[in-house]
Amino acid sequence: MTDHHAAAPPAGPVPWEKDFALRLLGDMVRIRRMEEKSAEMYGAGKIRGFLHLYIGEEATAVGALHALSPEDNIVATYREHGHALVRGLDMGTIMAEMYGKREGCAHGRGGSMHLFDKATRLFGGNAIVGGGLPLAVGLGLAAKMQNENRITACFFGDGAVAEGAFHESLNLAALWKLPVLFCCENNLYGMGTALERSESQTDLCVKAASYNMPALRADGMDIVSVHETTQEAVARVRAGQGPVFVEYQTYRFRAHSMFDAELYRQKAEVEEWKTRGPIHTFSARLKAEGKLTEAEFLALDARANAEVDAAVAFAEAGTWEPIEDLLSDVHTPENAP
Amino acid sequence: MSRRLNYREAMREAMHEALVADPRVFLMGEDVGMYGGTYAFSKGFFAEFGPERIRDTPLSELGFVGAAIGAALGGMRPIVEVMTVNFSLLALDQIVNTAAAYRHMSGGQFSVPLVIRMTTGAGRQLAAQHSHSLEGWYAHIPGIRVLAPATIEDARGMLAPALADPDPVVIFEHAGLFNMEGDLADDWTVDIRSAKLRRVGTDVAIISHGGSLPKAMQAAEQLAAAGIEAEVVDLRVLRPLDTETIMASVAKCHRAIVVDEGWRTGSLAAEVMARIMENIFFELDAPVARVCSEEVPIPYARHLEEATLPQPEKIVAAVRRMLG
Repeated sequence: MTDHHAAAPPAGPVPWEKDFALRLLGDMVRIRRMEEKSAEMYGAGKIRGFLHLYIGEEATAVGALHALSPEDNIVATYREHGHALVRGLDMGTIMAEMYGKREGCAHGRGGSMHLFDKATRLFGGNAIVGGGLPLAVGLGLAAKMQNENRITACFFGDGAVAEGAFHESLNLAALWKLPVLFCCENNLYGMGTALERSESQTDLCVKAASYNMPALRADGMDIVSVHETTQEAVARVRAGQGPVFVEYQTYRFRAHSMFDAELYRQKAEVEEWKTRGPIHTFSARLKAEGKLTEAEFLALDARANAEVDAAVAFAEAGTWEPIEDLLSDVHTPENAP
Repeated sequence: MSRRLNYREAMREAMHEALVADPRVFLMGEDVGMYGGTYAFSKGFFAEFGPERIRDTPLSELGFVGAAIGAALGGMRPIVEVMTVNFSLLALDQIVNTAAAYRHMSGGQFSVPLVIRMTTGAGRQLAAQHSHSLEGWYAHIPGIRVLAPATIEDARGMLAPALADPDPVVIFEHAGLFNMEGDLADDWTVDIRSAKLRRVGTDVAIISHGGSLPKAMQAAEQLAAAGIEAEVVDLRVLRPLDTETIMASVAKCHRAIVVDEGWRTGSLAAEVMARIMENIFFELDAPVARVCSEEVPIPYARHLEEATLPQPEKIVAAVRRMLG
């Protein structure tokens, strides 16, 4: 097995006002605490099915989504709890969905892998690897045909790059100059298969650029790099020049799902990557610049924990959809608006 | 009053009407534009509506069917043409895992108002990768409506209600019907809910759809010459099945035979037979029979292809066996 050595921890100045920096830090902490609690609730049997945690990768969703506007479309994968939260879903409806409760954001029909929210234009929660890419192309096509100034950000992992859907979608989007932002969260493993064991070309930007679209790379462990790179990409897509591909080089600290014994990577590698953890490295930089005190960090952590506690209480208090309603939402009801 | 036209012209008219009526409607697929459509269903559209609305796609069935789903979610009303049902297998993931499941897995938040048209069926010596009848597979999937227009009226009329449906609709057009001519009444009306009687009879109900319907009608005429009055039921809507109309016909005739170009094993015919057994077993005077395709990939040689498919003679023979 190949070692995937981590680069030096993110460092350097943070080019943001304190308020903005703390908002993004706060969102990363909110995801971290929610995911830790989800794992705990999985252990307690409250959450079942597959549960894919975003721990370690928080900088990507937070940095990228803060570069988008509420009118934009988001298409995500089955590792999407963080994206849903940052997009503005109430943490309680996310937790309730994972519990399978009617009060969940998909009424308990989707679960952890299928978080949806029409109000914030979150188009899933797609659990077929690569399945969201053609969908994003179509959302981009609809926006273009209707002269809407919205772009579609499509998140997917390095595993999806091997799918035919990746090839077909990047080609279509570039051919038709569609406003789609392809956000590749490269955490180096498609489940347990390392990138170099599945791709003949491991430089994913080279691959994407072959479709005649700009391909940018960001350090996915560094929220500054993620946000600044995404902003640049968003500006190019919004200018109507067609799609842009961004590779976020990141790392998953936890197992692929709750059924993964992690036989495919060295513990030392995980520990090495943890030294690049997006939360503590960003906090340290902010502290060094005098933009964050320990008390402020503890306060935002406490707020995140309180939000998690409230979300769990909301999910616990949620109700089970009556079995009589089992067949609802297979088709749109007659006379629905 | 009525006028005469063929199946292809009827469907072309239906698409033309939809494109004129609703700016959200657009057609996409392989060679629908400049080429005029593989089977000329969209001839002239490219010049009339332009490349944005008559959108030629690369050979990317998965990509463009998925893109149509996204476009439907984004407020458009796409009509996707897939060249044959065999090619639709390249897009099956998007149809089954995304289009059909989307409303349900989003807890009812998102509907997918998408129409997918595809050619189905054998009879043109196109062999084993252009000739299959897989509509029964699609009829297995909750979340989509499956249509099989087999008359001029249905070719003309099914598209508009399909486009008005907020959920995905898949339309199977049997290649053997494209040049079929018929009279279209000026006051035609078409729904996408019910099965229809195409011939009234009393002795046996022949239940069929799509390209097998004209064969069932021919068989009924041959049987009539021998004094046997067959009723012919056109399923039209393969999902959800109009069980009521099927049962009414079988209950009247007390005998039923299902004709389906799909392979026998696990066929739509099997589903229809099971429903008859479940609902009106004690009305039957004979076991329900079926005429399906032989269990072989469709062969090229004409005599072998003909031997593979349901034919009027096979239907007549099956009815005669049933009547003893």
